[in-house]
Amino acid sequence: MKHTLSLLVENKPGVLARVSGLFSRRGFNIDSLAVGITENPEISRMTIVVEGDDRILEQVIKQLNKLVDVIKVSDIKPESSIDRELALVKVEAGPKERPEIMQIADIFRARIIDVGTRTLVIEITGDVSKINAMTDLLRRFGIKEMVRTGKVSMLRGAKAVKEE
Amino acid sequence: MSKKQKMSGAEAFVECLHKEHVEVIFGIPGGALLPIYDELYDSDIRHILVRHEQAAAHAADGYARATGRVGVCMATSGPGATNLVTGLANAYMDSVPIVAFTGQVPTSMIGNDAFQEANITGITLPITKHNYLVKDARTLPDIIKEALYIASTGRPGPVLVDLPKDVQTEEIEFEYPKNIKLRGYKPTSKGHPLQIKRAAKAIMEAERPIIYAGGGVVISGAHAELLALAETLMAPVTTTLLGIGTFPSVHPLSLGMVGMHGTKYANYAMTESDLIIAIGARFDDRVTGRLDGFAPNAKVIHIDIDPAEISKNVAAHIPIVGDAKNILKELIKELKRKPKSKWSEKIEKWKKEFPLEYDRKSKEIKPQYVVEQIYDLCPDAIIATEVGQNQMWAAQYFKFTKPRTFITSGGLGTMGYGFPAAIGAKVGCPDKTVIDIAGDGSFLMNSQELATAVINDIPVKVAILNNKFLGMVRQWQELFYDRRYSATRLDTSPDFPKLAEAYGALGIEVTKPGDVRSAIKEALASDKPVVIDFQITPEENVFPMVPAGAAINEIIDYGEKI
Repeated sequence: MKHTLSLLVENKPGVLARVSGLFSRRGFNIDSLAVGITENPEISRMTIVVEGDDRILEQVIKQLNKLVDVIKVSDIKPESSIDRELALVKVEAGPKERPEIMQIADIFRARIIDVGTRTLVIEITGDVSKINAMTDLLRRFGIKEMVRTGKVSMLRGAKAVKEE
Repeated sequence: MSKKQKMSGAEAFVECLHKEHVEVIFGIPGGALLPIYDELYDSDIRHILVRHEQAAAHAADGYARATGRVGVCMATSGPGATNLVTGLANAYMDSVPIVAFTGQVPTSMIGNDAFQEANITGITLPITKHNYLVKDARTLPDIIKEALYIASTGRPGPVLVDLPKDVQTEEIEFEYPKNIKLRGYKPTSKGHPLQIKRAAKAIMEAERPIIYAGGGVVISGAHAELLALAETLMAPVTTTLLGIGTFPSVHPLSLGMVGMHGTKYANYAMTESDLIIAIGARFDDRVTGRLDGFAPNAKVIHIDIDPAEISKNVAAHIPIVGDAKNILKELIKELKRKPKSKWSEKIEKWKKEFPLEYDRKSKEIKPQYVVEQIYDLCPDAIIATEVGQNQMWAAQYFKFTKPRTFITSGGLGTMGYGFPAAIGAKVGCPDKTVIDIAGDGSFLMNSQELATAVINDIPVKVAILNNKFLGMVRQWQELFYDRRYSATRLDTSPDFPKLAEAYGALGIEVTKPGDVRSAIKEALASDKPVVIDFQITPEENVFPMVPAGAAINEIIDYGEKI
């Protein structure tokens, strides 16, 4: 099962290596990882998406909690959270295909942010399934390159994943 | 009203160690540590020059285990630092509080493959509790205070601090920090009262309880509470290898060690119990044997300071996270005295039926006999061991009664650990006799430390149980590989007594059982480091034994067939 972990960590060098090391040691592949500072510049947030055996993941979470630079770890449930990802997609787009591609982008409320003679770059924001749905449709035109940020998540409502 | 003083990073380093009451450092200097060693030259902190950095880490570890204080070791950048790695991994596996300081190339050269550069914080990431690369000398006082605090609190462990050369020479305004600010580090020490109540209820309902005590009891200093718990419940106590000494092995409720080379009765009692009270123990594979055959009918109360140990290998029905001593104190208040039961009788019967056995009439020197004689002549000694058969015989036949008297590498199983650890223990406890029970294979892995022991006047005694084999591996080859002794013969070892003499220590050779006691007496009477070479039965095996992949009640005794 896929899990989304939200971590508050010290904004210090080496923290990412400490965190990722615990996953690789147990053979977990990290599906996506997004890091950025929080409202407090001394603290960063990592959103990590991993897939793996629940019992082993529970061990990993306990080990993450033991890291001195990790302040808090939450396993965020999809039903109680909102999540977004951003992707940039460079699609092959000759003059003939261009209208159809722009229409697809429009339907997904994506934006065209660069136009070349034979390519378009589309920026899309949404949850993971929305991005997958659009890229699936674009595939037949030929995707030259794609960059995804990895998912970021937040709890719905007033609750927050915060330092206690 | 604190006064700030101007000083170099190296001066600040020494000043910080003073403030933390560090009395001894085990180490070897090098180019990247010159500024610090120059400061140490005038300092009253004792520095013990070892002859290989691995021994510095093990000595700090032995010092920490024997005294309960943080052990400190030091090595230069690059190869000096990488030589510490085994010692750090060893301390990490056994939760030993040590702090390692390493020299590093100047910050401007880090990452350039400079001379004697190694990324030691990267290398030691998975084998330290935490580590630091100091990039700014102004952060040094905070970091040193944190390092010692992290190493010694919660579940203890090794911490490494990497010190670039320019950080050591940089001038700072020194002020020793009063407080520690660590947002992400708050170990739990008090057990949850509701969980303690639930545990007490389960204990009072149990008919066949067993107490399973580990190294956490030593660390927490909970041995008196453990004894009170056992006597209140009249419950048998078995220990892990690292738990040895937490419960007097001469006590009628003692079952000795459990697991692969534990006693038959400990393994039987564990298997048939209906409640395991695990205290500071982690259900290691050497304890549990095949997991699905481990204590199939038992509920598990698991007391541990590390939440990550709960239900890691064996599911805990009632976990209690916190310090063992605190929790046991609260738990005992909730309990009522229990009388002897049928369960006690059954266990007493097992103990009579399956005692530890070896050939006591042999004309050869039996290693078990040597250990028994060491115990008889020096029951209060601190015993260090190497790893393998020597370690198991020491664990089985020396009757430990006090915590911090058995110094052994459990989790990592590091050959070459015992001798430098014994040196560290002797430095920490100069009034105690410290004996390393060694094998001929293990001893050679750090025998260069004879120089350290002799020059620094650290009179540890080494009892080599010399079977001219890598004995434990040979035992497995005998039992499971058709006696094909591939690469386990050590008949070309040096003459150990002569080796000892070459360093200025005393060497004694013993070839007959009748000379064992006089040799031990001679060693104890000498004020020098001593190496006794006991020429034991070459193909003696460690029994009882649980074969790999078997359940712990499928244990084989002396003379039984596998």
